[in-house]
Amino acid sequence: MSRRPYVREVSKTRWYFRHPRYLRYMSREITCIFIGAFALLLLCALGRLADGQSAYESFVAALQGPWGIFGLLVVLIFAVHNATSWFNVTPKALPVQIGEEFLPGKFIVAAHYAVWIVVSLAILFFAGAM
Amino acid sequence: MNARIVQLDVLRYDPEADSEPRFQRYVVPCAEEWVVLDALNAIKESIDPTLNYRWSCHMAVCGSCGMMINGEPKLSCHAFLREYDGVIRVEPLANFPIERDLITVADDFVDKLKRVKPYLIPARNEPIPDGEYKQTPAQLMKYRQFSMCINCMLCYAACPEYALQPMFLGPAAIALAHRYNLDSRDGGRDERQEVIASHAGVWECSFVGACSEVCPKAVDPAAALQQVKVASTIDWFKEHLLPGSGK
Repeated sequence: MSRRPYVREVSKTRWYFRHPRYLRYMSREITCIFIGAFALLLLCALGRLADGQSAYESFVAALQGPWGIFGLLVVLIFAVHNATSWFNVTPKALPVQIGEEFLPGKFIVAAHYAVWIVVSLAILFFAGAM
Repeated sequence: MNARIVQLDVLRYDPEADSEPRFQRYVVPCAEEWVVLDALNAIKESIDPTLNYRWSCHMAVCGSCGMMINGEPKLSCHAFLREYDGVIRVEPLANFPIERDLITVADDFVDKLKRVKPYLIPARNEPIPDGEYKQTPAQLMKYRQFSMCINCMLCYAACPEYALQPMFLGPAAIALAHRYNLDSRDGGRDERQEVIASHAGVWECSFVGACSEVCPKAVDPAAALQQVKVASTIDWFKEHLLPGSGK
């Protein structure tokens, strides 16, 4: 009797089609492209700002056009998906034990949402939008 | 027996005759309360005695009968036939080489398990007459869920990181290392960190979370891995930034 183990190859490019949970994971990971693009946009905004007031104002005006709004909306959707999908798994990384019991994960998740809302409101306030 | 007919497509592989695995269809009269393992036993007993698979306890404790059932890693003793429609596809656990039929080669997992030293390394060696190492219920609860692992390897079959990077230590081995690291009686964390905090350890994990979704014992290996990442990061900051750390 001879041993001849058979190794099943896994596709390096299509593995995530094997199960919906892998597609869910990829939907979270792909948000990094949009977050990265927005970070680059912010860098461009800083560059325009350094070029002077008129350069910056024309940059902002371009962003307020229909394509600018559409692009920012897409980034916002992916940014919200990124934030919520990570918030929802934080109880795994940060368990809180009180005596013999663990604090239910929903409280840890809710704390993240609460801080998110407070920080967002603070930014809007200091930006003069409120 | 109130029998109903169930069809199973079972992946067969005979290393002496086959160049690659092939599916074989079996038509099996089954009882309503049967699980997939019962159907396999019925095949072996009365249809095809050449079918090979592992099993032992038939009660989701031994961890031997893990297989892919309709593409999902499951204990076959825990997968009720009545929960499946149509032909049921039964394959060996994914991400492991096939030894024969539904039997996989588990050597890689066993080797990785050994490397993480999944046993108590006492923090203090106290003389036996001093009695047992005591632990409070709160100290027990800290690691209890991770001690429920039965080494069934379903988490490895679900983990795409392990599929793509076989050097990855994987969910169960790291979760078990974490279980002992969290134990108040243990003093072996430094020895385990060298293995689990390495590149092939937790840092290969990108937190897909599939391991926890398929675990039949409700262990949360994904949680263990993220907690090891947090602890290892704190270690790094302490080592490199604290005054007197010498770095």
